[in-house]
Amino acid sequence: MSNLVEVRNLRIEAKTDAGRLVEIIKGVSLDIADGEIVALIGESGSGKTTVALSLMGYARPGCRITGGEINVSGRNMAALSEKERARLRGTDIAYVPQSAAASFNPSSTIMEQVIEVTRIHRLMPAERARQRAVELFRALSLPDPEGIGARYPHQVSGGQLQRLSAAMALISDPKLVIFDEPTTALDVTTQIDVLKAFKSVMRAGGVAGVYVSHDLAVVAQIADRIVVLKGGEVQETGTTAAILSAAQHPYTRELLAAFEPKPRQAHADADAGTKQLLRIDNVTAGYGAVRADGLPLIRAVDSVSLVVEKGRNLGVIGESGCGKSTLARVIAGIHPAAAGDIVFDGKELQRAARKRSQEQLREMQIVFQYADTALNPAKPVEDIISRPLAFYHRLDRQARSKRVDELLDMVRLPRTLRYRHPSELSGGQKQRVNFARALAANPKLIICDEITSALDTVVASAVIELLKELQRELGLSYIFISHDLSVVEAICDEIMVMYNGERVEQITPDKLKAPTHPYSKLLFSSVPKLDPTWLDGLVRDPELVSQYGHR
Amino acid sequence: MTMARATTSRRSFLGHSYSLVGVVAALVILAWTLVAILAPYVIPHSIGDIVDDDYFGPMRQGLWLGSDYLGRDMLSRVLMGARYTVGISLAAVSIACFSGVVLGMIAAVTGGWLDTCLSRFLDAMNSIPSKLFGLVVVAAVGSSIPVLILTLAVIYTPGAYRFARALAVNINTMDFITVARVRGESTAYLIGSEILPNIIRPVLADFGLRFVFIVLLLSGLSFLGLGLQPPLADWGALVRENIGGLPFAAPAVIVPSLAIASLTISVNLLIDNLPQKIRDRDA
Repeated sequence: MSNLVEVRNLRIEAKTDAGRLVEIIKGVSLDIADGEIVALIGESGSGKTTVALSLMGYARPGCRITGGEINVSGRNMAALSEKERARLRGTDIAYVPQSAAASFNPSSTIMEQVIEVTRIHRLMPAERARQRAVELFRALSLPDPEGIGARYPHQVSGGQLQRLSAAMALISDPKLVIFDEPTTALDVTTQIDVLKAFKSVMRAGGVAGVYVSHDLAVVAQIADRIVVLKGGEVQETGTTAAILSAAQHPYTRELLAAFEPKPRQAHADADAGTKQLLRIDNVTAGYGAVRADGLPLIRAVDSVSLVVEKGRNLGVIGESGCGKSTLARVIAGIHPAAAGDIVFDGKELQRAARKRSQEQLREMQIVFQYADTALNPAKPVEDIISRPLAFYHRLDRQARSKRVDELLDMVRLPRTLRYRHPSELSGGQKQRVNFARALAANPKLIICDEITSALDTVVASAVIELLKELQRELGLSYIFISHDLSVVEAICDEIMVMYNGERVEQITPDKLKAPTHPYSKLLFSSVPKLDPTWLDGLVRDPELVSQYGHR
Repeated sequence: MTMARATTSRRSFLGHSYSLVGVVAALVILAWTLVAILAPYVIPHSIGDIVDDDYFGPMRQGLWLGSDYLGRDMLSRVLMGARYTVGISLAAVSIACFSGVVLGMIAAVTGGWLDTCLSRFLDAMNSIPSKLFGLVVVAAVGSSIPVLILTLAVIYTPGAYRFARALAVNINTMDFITVARVRGESTAYLIGSEILPNIIRPVLADFGLRFVFIVLLLSGLSFLGLGLQPPLADWGALVRENIGGLPFAAPAVIVPSLAIASLTISVNLLIDNLPQKIRDRDA
């Protein structure tokens, strides 16, 4: 046995609730050498997590490993009994989940949970385990390595928690660590720290890893080899450099192409005298008790001003917690501003949506990030899209049905989809329905709150292309809120950078290379590039990092 | 292995899968409903007629379930009792669930002081012991069918309200509600079209459970003599008036007890085994 992991012709079946068997992994084979990091990449539903979990001999409820071999350090995980597998899990093979926040127990201290594995498997005395944990905390460059173990999970940041869950996985000196999209939920500025920490620890320990991700740029930084999956089959395998520079398979090329959306052609300013569609002046909003000056205790948005011109797009970018989503809610009137003016289409708007006229509400639509919660799961697509038609335009049943067809065509969805419920759609389809509902109102301005961040790269870039096309046809304006610079760059005429509730800088995409404000510099330099040497070569101004980074 | 077990006891039909237990329970409920509707046409004797020479008579030809403490036909009395037990309980549970669910959804959607006032008021109602409340009302205004229905409905409204409000509060935080709000929709649309379809299944389950509670409370009240007045009798009253037959192992006391048990257990089993819609994208 030359390799640590040898998977041969793995097949996994799932059972639908009609009792039908579906093969979700169709004969996957892969090898991982000692100390090698292999990335599994692919869109959601491609089976990448299922394959990764099968390395522990685990199949999610309803799934079954039906064929093939999974040899991990000479033992076939598929053939072992559950008891034998349990002995290997946590000791030989460890797992780092996507959401560390959801996998820590909020009611016990971090140290207790990090060393739990050594207690369960009786690997070492508790005192020794604590020392080992502190060493790992230091290796993962966590602040205050001696003291952090005494804290509870809610007392550390998301990036720190993710590194702590890596410490939990590494404490037993496993031979193989499975990372399941560990940085997907993090901000770019935090992601870098986490990636750097993972990489150095894995290198130092010579630990082999499986890194599941849909983000090619992240994978490029950490993996030695890349396995591209689609539809439960391996499409392409190769070293990171080979995949990035000379991808063979069309799907891999599609993934690469999607990563860099075509930059938007600068508007040939035909109507030079562009009119202001939306102007907000010194808007302040927040949460908590209202103080004597009429402003809330915690200000999520602090005296922000912005202008959106007709037919043009404004991007708002910043890390999570910078107030960009609150800004969207303030403009839409969901969260009324505490101070400031909102002027829309030449008329002053009431701060609360309840007090705005139906016409004003119609002209400004908001599209939310999670199509899962933004669409009523109890209604078919048809009802969801036709409600604004009935509500704003008072169309009769026949006219509505015709318009629903048109709208589905517009967002490139098959017309037969109208009878389905949201749960029967894919993520990209749901987001299109979500968007079609906004379009149904015939708005002038659509506020897009992170609408692509829950989608895979390929799907997201298709959605962005769609938005651009619709803009050309319908003369819409967008406010595009995102933490993903490449997305904003692809669609916006102006980009506003927010930090800590304040507007830091406003720039145009062609000047992106030269931001003036230090925070923008840090933010823009933190976006991973498709270059495998990028992370190692990245030099960040330590002063900037200590000022704005969340360590 | 759990999956294999789940599939053997479930059948699929018309895009839904059914479990055997659920079907049997539904049949029992259906049978009692039919009895309740058709009772006056099928009973062999009038419920007031004394047809037996002996009291607590055994089962025999002509008197299939024996006779009660006055020698009346037990079969006729149980069949007619179904009418009162099922009818009164159904009316009461419908009123309780309808008002509780509507108020609960309104409170969740509106929030603010209306929510606070409604919740505190109904919490206060909840704190009154149900049997005691029934006792006081019946003592004050006397026992009649409408009074019984209203009393039972009032007793069980706060529970339905709490339940529906808790569910609706969860749905209310979803983005599609926010979207509907910024669209300018009215509260009536929000609760009827956006929230209700998403909570209807647990609400129906709660409806069934509450029906069982009401059957039991009604039987309890009747047993205490506060329910239906003679010669009318629901199942609870039948148990009470024939309790003297217990030492003689008279069917008169066992049969109505079995009737209560079969109905309440069936409703419970049915709501635990409601047909499930099969969501299978490609099939």
